[in-house]
Amino acid sequence: MASLEGPAQDEKVIMTARGDLPVWVDVGVIPLLNLLLALIATSVVFLLIGENPLECLGIMIRGAVGSLKGWSYLFYYATNFIFTGLAVAVAFHAGLFNIGGEGQAYFAGLGAAMVGLGLDFLPWPLLIPLAIIASALFGALWGVVPGYLQAKRGSHIVITTIMFNFIASSLMVYLINYWFRPVGKMAVESRELTSAYILSFREIARQFFDYRLPASPLNLTVFLALLVAWAVWYFLWRSKLGYELRAVGLNSDASTYAGIKPDRIVIIAMAISGGLAGLVAVNEVLGAQHRLLLEYVQGAGFVGIAVALMGRNHPIGIVLAAMLFGLLYQGGTELTFAKQHINRDMIVVVQGLIILFMGALEQAFRPWLTALFFKVED
Amino acid sequence: MLEIFLGAETLSSTVRMSIPLIFACLAGLWSERSGIVDIGLEGKMLIAAFTAAAAGAFYGSPWLALLLAIIVSIGFSLIHGYASIHQRGNQVVSGVAINMLAAGLAVVIGNKWFREGGRTPPLSGDALFPVLNIPMLDAWGGYFRIINGHSILVYLAFVSVAVSAWALAKTRFGLRLRAVGENPHAVDTAGISVTRLRYQAVIIAGVLCGFAGTYLSVALQGSFVRDMSAGRGFMALAALIFANWRAWPSMWACLLFGYLQAVGIRMQGFKLGAVEIPVQFTNMLPYVMTVVLLAGFIGKSIPPRASGVPYSKDR
Repeated sequence: MASLEGPAQDEKVIMTARGDLPVWVDVGVIPLLNLLLALIATSVVFLLIGENPLECLGIMIRGAVGSLKGWSYLFYYATNFIFTGLAVAVAFHAGLFNIGGEGQAYFAGLGAAMVGLGLDFLPWPLLIPLAIIASALFGALWGVVPGYLQAKRGSHIVITTIMFNFIASSLMVYLINYWFRPVGKMAVESRELTSAYILSFREIARQFFDYRLPASPLNLTVFLALLVAWAVWYFLWRSKLGYELRAVGLNSDASTYAGIKPDRIVIIAMAISGGLAGLVAVNEVLGAQHRLLLEYVQGAGFVGIAVALMGRNHPIGIVLAAMLFGLLYQGGTELTFAKQHINRDMIVVVQGLIILFMGALEQAFRPWLTALFFKVED
Repeated sequence: MLEIFLGAETLSSTVRMSIPLIFACLAGLWSERSGIVDIGLEGKMLIAAFTAAAAGAFYGSPWLALLLAIIVSIGFSLIHGYASIHQRGNQVVSGVAINMLAAGLAVVIGNKWFREGGRTPPLSGDALFPVLNIPMLDAWGGYFRIINGHSILVYLAFVSVAVSAWALAKTRFGLRLRAVGENPHAVDTAGISVTRLRYQAVIIAGVLCGFAGTYLSVALQGSFVRDMSAGRGFMALAALIFANWRAWPSMWACLLFGYLQAVGIRMQGFKLGAVEIPVQFTNMLPYVMTVVLLAGFIGKSIPPRASGVPYSKDR
């Protein structure tokens, strides 16, 4: 089912239509118009539940960027979304739709906690890199199995990755409860990491500069996220393997004639994708929580889909889109405090609308804009 | 042990658990046979489940609940149809959007209406569907419980299988619809509208997802809880692939998934020797089996040739 595997088929459609419009319209005006539509649709939902959308928007923006605390939470959430957005994008470039970021990020916590807790006799300069690598490896494992099944057995990657989300969800409850929970402790979580944790900004300011920052989970992982974003760009557009990966995504058959093995690329792409999603565990387990807890991913894997589509599968776009979603998450949290009858699921609605308008209905404005352009040119 | 795997209780529960899968799987069948891939079965089922449970709580009539669920589900179908048919958008992306939209909206609106964090009040009495109970079979009990004493929707599901199989194989409409899924250009050349047929297919899918969701919340559970579809839409897709896009085999595949769910429920707290099987593992069972079945250790399945491919006249 080549056509099911992702954007490859549509890419072709878009390609033929491209060239009619200047680049700045393509990467600037069209996404903005689509975003505007998504916002209008969101406002309709707010009206539907009897809230004033402008007032809510105001609360959200003030909650996210009106204070130092808001900003730090924004960047903390954005760190997760950069990882999951990149994960979705790498798979997209290979023509695969990985909606298993949630499970991959969750399962990766196992690697982070096993190394961080099990090897904590090692000195931290050795332990932390090992824990980071373990997170990526466990995430990669949870991605590579669906990748392998897609490549070798033709299993529909969307269904398999979704199933792996459910499996990870049950498995982690079991493991955290029976393996990691210290005897006699009520809360279903592991013991605290004593040395393999990543410093938060608050702690750095306190220890090294004797300065008090508001409490926030923002930690040094945010720099890792930016570094990884650059690395993904370099990989996709400057390395041979990245070129092969994109070639398979654009046209799997043609790439075969260029001597590329699509099966191998599919497996590699899913391993990389899962590994990127797995880095969420670094931000959460090693950085923010300092322990392995239940359901710590909190939907970040699914946000990655919206982030990747919005960022047009380019690392720069993904970083920007991740910040926007960081704003939505942080602002949304403030909104649930201010408005009793709005819950966090509003964010899921916004995600859905953004995926709809920026992904599936991406081309809605094109004919109209093209007509407008030719009119102006005449 | 044998009781868990082959007992009347398990097999009767198998039938009940497989009903939402059967309706959703038929929805997928109609849609994909016309060339529209439907990843959004899950979302449509979920929003229909919510609509039905909410309508049941407000109006106390299961039939009105079903009607409203079908209307809402068709609405979501048409969004998917518009994106896939008119906009020639990516059908998988559109389906994922529908799933998220449904999951979010159900809880947001449910919370607004009932103030219970997205839950709906439990339904009972007249708000539930009538149960078909043949006194003679009821008196015999035992294995007759497999076919007797279910909600009326259960029997409707099996009727839908028969109707779908017949309509797709024998009617002019069904043949044309299948042709559109295989070779839309040929159908277009014959002067039949591809767009119209595909919209008809997604509307049928919407109706069937409406049934699936209504059964889930009103008949099976008696209320709506968040994310209650729990991957059933995807299992239905897996069953469809497993069944090679045919109606009767789809039903058997869904019964298999229903059986796994039923066994999973029955195994909770079951002791194998001295070791109790953790509930997490029995919960995992249907998902693991979906992966295994999809990995196709049963031979190759061939999807409709034009499925997932947007149709444009100029190619």
